[in-house]
Amino acid sequence: MTSHHDPMSQAAKPLAATFAALAKDGRKALAPFVTAGDPDLDTTLAVLEALDRAGAAVCELGVPYSDPIADGPVIQASYTRALAAGFTLEKFFEMVRKATGRVKMPILAMVSYSIIYRRGIDRFVDDAAAAGLAGLVVPDLPLEESDVLDATCKGASLALVRLVTPTTPPERAAEIARRSTGFLYCVSVAGVTGARTDLPEGLVERVTWLRTKTDVPVLVGFGVSTPEQVKLLSGVADGAIVGSALVRRVGELAAEGPEGVAKGVENWLADLVKAAT
Amino acid sequence: MPSPLSPPLPPGGISQVPDIHGRFGRFGGRYVPETLSAALDQLQAAYDEARSDPSFQAELDQLLAAFVGRPTPLLFAKRLTEYAGGAQIWFKREDLSHTGAHKINNTLGQGLLAMRMGKKRIIAETGAGQHGVATATACARFGLDCVVYMGSEDVRRQEPNVRSMRMMGAEVRPVESGSRTLRDAINEAMRDWMGSVETTHYIIGSVVGPHPFPRIVRDFQSVIGKETLVFCKKELGRDPDCVVACVGGGSNAAGMFYPLVEHKGIRLVGVEAGGRSAKPGDHAASLSYGNAGILHGSLSYVLQDPDGQTADVHSVSAGLDYPGVGPEHAWWHDTKRVEYTSVTDAEALDAFDLVARREGILPALETSHALAWTVKEAARRPKEEVIVVCMSGRGDKDAAEIARLRSLENGGAHA
Repeated sequence: MTSHHDPMSQAAKPLAATFAALAKDGRKALAPFVTAGDPDLDTTLAVLEALDRAGAAVCELGVPYSDPIADGPVIQASYTRALAAGFTLEKFFEMVRKATGRVKMPILAMVSYSIIYRRGIDRFVDDAAAAGLAGLVVPDLPLEESDVLDATCKGASLALVRLVTPTTPPERAAEIARRSTGFLYCVSVAGVTGARTDLPEGLVERVTWLRTKTDVPVLVGFGVSTPEQVKLLSGVADGAIVGSALVRRVGELAAEGPEGVAKGVENWLADLVKAAT
Repeated sequence: MPSPLSPPLPPGGISQVPDIHGRFGRFGGRYVPETLSAALDQLQAAYDEARSDPSFQAELDQLLAAFVGRPTPLLFAKRLTEYAGGAQIWFKREDLSHTGAHKINNTLGQGLLAMRMGKKRIIAETGAGQHGVATATACARFGLDCVVYMGSEDVRRQEPNVRSMRMMGAEVRPVESGSRTLRDAINEAMRDWMGSVETTHYIIGSVVGPHPFPRIVRDFQSVIGKETLVFCKKELGRDPDCVVACVGGGSNAAGMFYPLVEHKGIRLVGVEAGGRSAKPGDHAASLSYGNAGILHGSLSYVLQDPDGQTADVHSVSAGLDYPGVGPEHAWWHDTKRVEYTSVTDAEALDAFDLVARREGILPALETSHALAWTVKEAARRPKEEVIVVCMSGRGDKDAAEIARLRSLENGGAHA
């Protein structure tokens, strides 16, 4: 075990402060997702610093899992690459500790409950808090199964970000929105990612309604890859999540080494951040 | 180390599971993306409603009789019993079912459910191909669109079944990700379902996955155990002493055992795939060597590394080549109601040969695992005892793969 009780480890960065600062500037959140360890953890560290420089509000860091039923082919392939390159949780938390010491944006882990359960809920949450993570997004943990993790996260001041999808019935969506901490992740289209030029039908109404059901910001992910899409979403929600497009970009640039990937990602993301107003 | 205490049983007994949350003791549950929650609630409601509708069971019973050929008989394995020299060995002949395995019991039931829910498209995963064939068969019978996900390694190992599925109009999609076996086929089917859930029903083929699947599949397969009890009472005048079934995900075993678990005098034995050895990566015996963990939407015993990544598994049998097991088996394991053990690839292949030559039946390689344990055990038991083996499927699909393995063993002269 490394620094389980490291006195130097940072407290979770308060997501609330981040969103309050954005609101004060009249800006919306641009929240990138990147896979930890793809192609290696050194690159991920450089990418996190680049995303921070580019103005990302928060970052979701994907923890590779061998059987990710919640993810599409692009993210699944990145998980496979990371695991093949020797990803482990020990190395992950070590890298996160370095990253949270260097960047100002809060970082959350997007992680399968299979991984949390195997490590032990208390131990995983302790490690996450000690590494300076601001919260967890657990895409395969529905409301009904989440009481224990919810309480444990609260005890460690970690956010537990929940997801609402187009198939979620209204009453359930309201309950999920009420219980989400940090922010609420609104999945705009069931199961599908990819470039779009318009907003999915009913999204404006749904996000507007969801914002009346929760005190936390509502962020929307729907295969965002262009400034135009960010602009559209910023008119409706508190922010946009960029997932597969960024992971694909990291994959394409991988041969150029950590600094090459970081540079390419920084310029690309900066354009998206500019559109988030 | 002292063995851990057995978990407490529910008031009505060991069979009174799952609870409304899909829990078998601490196992089971529903660990899925939110996108699927509403569909699983809908499925549970449709299933509860169907169970209380006598016309649903009547339609299913009629299909099981005229389309599947149920009830399947029990056969006294005379020459195998003589060979073992001990207890009487009987076969519950699921291999005589239409499509050659027990899988059809479940696909017809779930096909009828899909139609009740107004869903016209069916997806399924398959390992050995038996569930894929059974799904394609039900879809052809009911006029439903059918897509079957199958690991590309299994497409190679189980080619005759791939051909049958296509002939009945199903689309077979080979899966190239991960280990290219059953587990990856389930991942792909789940991903398809994430994007198609409003119009599509996922017919899962074993007692695995999120609630309510483990219960639904068990219930549809329970016809195996119910018929076994009736037959034994009628022909032998008593319950069997021991009942044996192979366990991968565990559907034939769950269907056989569930009606028997309250019959406390019957010894129940599940046989897992011991593969090449007990080393990690060499077998697929989740209950024998695994830990509690979450895979494919439920908590059960799984083969994982300490970080929670699913381990590589191996079995000569494509239908047992799976790193998890149904949550009810985990419950029976921890309550010690069912004994779980394993046999190796080599033992299963020897049992295949033995049963082919002494009984004139080519058993599936999955079933051959249960047969291998049974022959060993029968030799140790008195002649008055009755052991029933669930002959879960026929082995025609395995003949080419067995011939290939034999030629490799003989120096590859005919490879």
